[in-house]
Amino acid sequence: MDTVWGALADPWSQEILQRAAAEVALVGIVGGLLGCWIVFYELSYGAESLAHALFPGLVIASLAGLPLLLGGAAGLAVASLGVAVVGRVPQIGRDTATAIVVTTLLGLGALLALSPDSPAGIQSLLFGDVLGVTQLDLALAAGLAVLVVVVLALLHGRLLAVGFDRAGARAMGTSALLVDIALVALLGAAILVGVQGLGNLLVVAVLIGPAATARLLCRRMAPMMACAALIAVAAGIGGLYLSYYAELAAGASIAVVLVGAYLAAAALAALRPWRRAGAVVPAA
Amino acid sequence: MSGAPLLECRGLAADYGGPPALEGVDFAVAPGERIGVLGPNGGGKSTLFRVISGELRPAAGTVRLSGRCAVLPQSDRSRLDYPVSALDVALMGAIGRLPWWRRPGRAERRAARQALDVVGLGDSAGRTFGELSGGQRQRVLIARALVQDASLVLLDEPFAGLDSPSAERLMGLLDDLAGSGHGLLISTHDVEQVAAWDRVLCVNRSQIAFGPPASTLTVPVLEATYGNEIVTLPDDGTGARRGLLPAVHHHDDDHDHGHDH
Repeated sequence: MDTVWGALADPWSQEILQRAAAEVALVGIVGGLLGCWIVFYELSYGAESLAHALFPGLVIASLAGLPLLLGGAAGLAVASLGVAVVGRVPQIGRDTATAIVVTTLLGLGALLALSPDSPAGIQSLLFGDVLGVTQLDLALAAGLAVLVVVVLALLHGRLLAVGFDRAGARAMGTSALLVDIALVALLGAAILVGVQGLGNLLVVAVLIGPAATARLLCRRMAPMMACAALIAVAAGIGGLYLSYYAELAAGASIAVVLVGAYLAAAALAALRPWRRAGAVVPAA
Repeated sequence: MSGAPLLECRGLAADYGGPPALEGVDFAVAPGERIGVLGPNGGGKSTLFRVISGELRPAAGTVRLSGRCAVLPQSDRSRLDYPVSALDVALMGAIGRLPWWRRPGRAERRAARQALDVVGLGDSAGRTFGELSGGQRQRVLIARALVQDASLVLLDEPFAGLDSPSAERLMGLLDDLAGSGHGLLISTHDVEQVAAWDRVLCVNRSQIAFGPPASTLTVPVLEATYGNEIVTLPDDGTGARRGLLPAVHHHDDDHDHGHDH
C-alpha cells in the first residue's frame, strides 16, 4: 500500500510538476467547460484552425524575445483577417479559405521554427512544454479560468437558446451574433493561454476531447459541462503520471489519456445505447 | 375580429442580396385569427417568417408588430441531439425578458411548467426534447412561445410529418391559442386544412392573394400560387376537389439561402 501511495505522491515532490499539475487543472477546467459549447456550436474545426494559425506569431515572438501571449494574439488577428479576406474570393468556399490560410500560416511558422538559425527548443511551441510553466503562465491560466466560468455562467441561458434555435433567437429577444462573438472571444483567449502549456497541436485536444467524451455520457448541458471539466482535469493529471513514469512528452501523454477516455466512454455508450446522446427513443 | 392588428405588413419585400425572394406583401393579423400561409417550396413562406421575426431586414416596406412574436421552426430543423429537457426548451422563452446578468429563477420555472401543462406535457417536463415525438416537440415549442408571452405565433409547417392523432391534437391546441386572442400565422401545404381557418395568404415570390378561405381558395389563385404543381382530383359529388401533387410536401427550401447573410 505504501508503495502505491509512494508512486502516486512521488511526482508531486518536484515543484516543476506541481506547477504543471496546476496548469493542466486550470486549462482542463477551461477546456472542459468551453469545449461543450464549441462542440454544440460546431466550432471544432474553427478551434483547431485558430490554434494552428497563430503558430507563426508564437515563433516570431519567441525569436524576437517578446512575450508569447503578444505573438499569439497578433497571430490570431492575422489569421482571422486572412480567413475573412480569402473567404471573400467567390470561387473559394469558407472551409477551403480557412484551410488555405491555416496551412500557409502553419507552414510559415514551421519554416521559421526549423531554420538552422532558430534557437533550439522552439519546437516546444508546437508540442507544448507543460513542465516549463512559469508563475506568470499560472496566473494567466487562473485569470482565464475565472473569466470563462463567470461568462459561461452569465450567458448559459442565451448560449443554450441560440445553440438550440439560432433562427428563433431574434424573436426570443436575444442576439445570436453577440453570443457567437462572446464564445469565439473566449475560445481565442483559451487557445492563447492553453497553447503555452500544451502547445500548438495539442491544445485542441483539451478543448474537444473532454466535451466529446462527456457528450456520450450525459443528457443535459450542465452535467455535461461538469463531466467534461472533470475528465479534462483527470486526464491532465493522469497524463502527467504517464509522462513521469513512462518518460514520455507531457503534452502528448495528456492527449493519449484524453483519447483513451473517449474510447472508453464510446464503448460504455455502445453497451448502453439509450444513454447515447442523440439516440431517439420512439415516444407515443 | 376586433382590436388593433397584432401584425401589419405593408408593401413588404425581402431578398438575400440578389433578386427579390418575396415582394408586394400586404396583410394584417388581428387577435384571434388563424391565417394559413400557402405557397410552393422556395415561394417565400419562410422568408416572410424571417422578416416578421426580425431575423431578416425587409428590403422594402414595413412590418409593424404590436406585441411579441414567437417562431416555431420546422421540427426537424431544431436539434434532436441537443442536451435539453422539455422544461429547458420552455424556459428559453424567458431569456428575452430577463436582463443579461440574470438567470431564470423560480418564477420563470413556474411559468415554464404552467406552459407545459397548458400544452398537455406537464408530465414530460424532464424528458429529453429529442426523444419526444414530432407532435410533442411542436407542443413544447408552443409552450416556449407561451412563456415568451408572444401575441403572434409563426408556425413553419407544424403539421409536417405528424400522424393524424398528433395533428388533431396540435390543431386543437392552435384553436385554443386563437381562442385566447393569439394571432397565428401557419404555413402549410394542406389546402383543405386552411379552408377551416380564418384567412389565407398565398405567396409565390410575391403575394398572390389574401382573404377569407371561401373567396380566396379558387382554382386561379391556387394555380398562380403553385403553378404546375396543382392537380384537380376527380369529382366526389361535392364539386371538383383541389389537391396538390405529393412533390410539394417536401420541406421549404428557402430557409437555406440565408444562413450566411
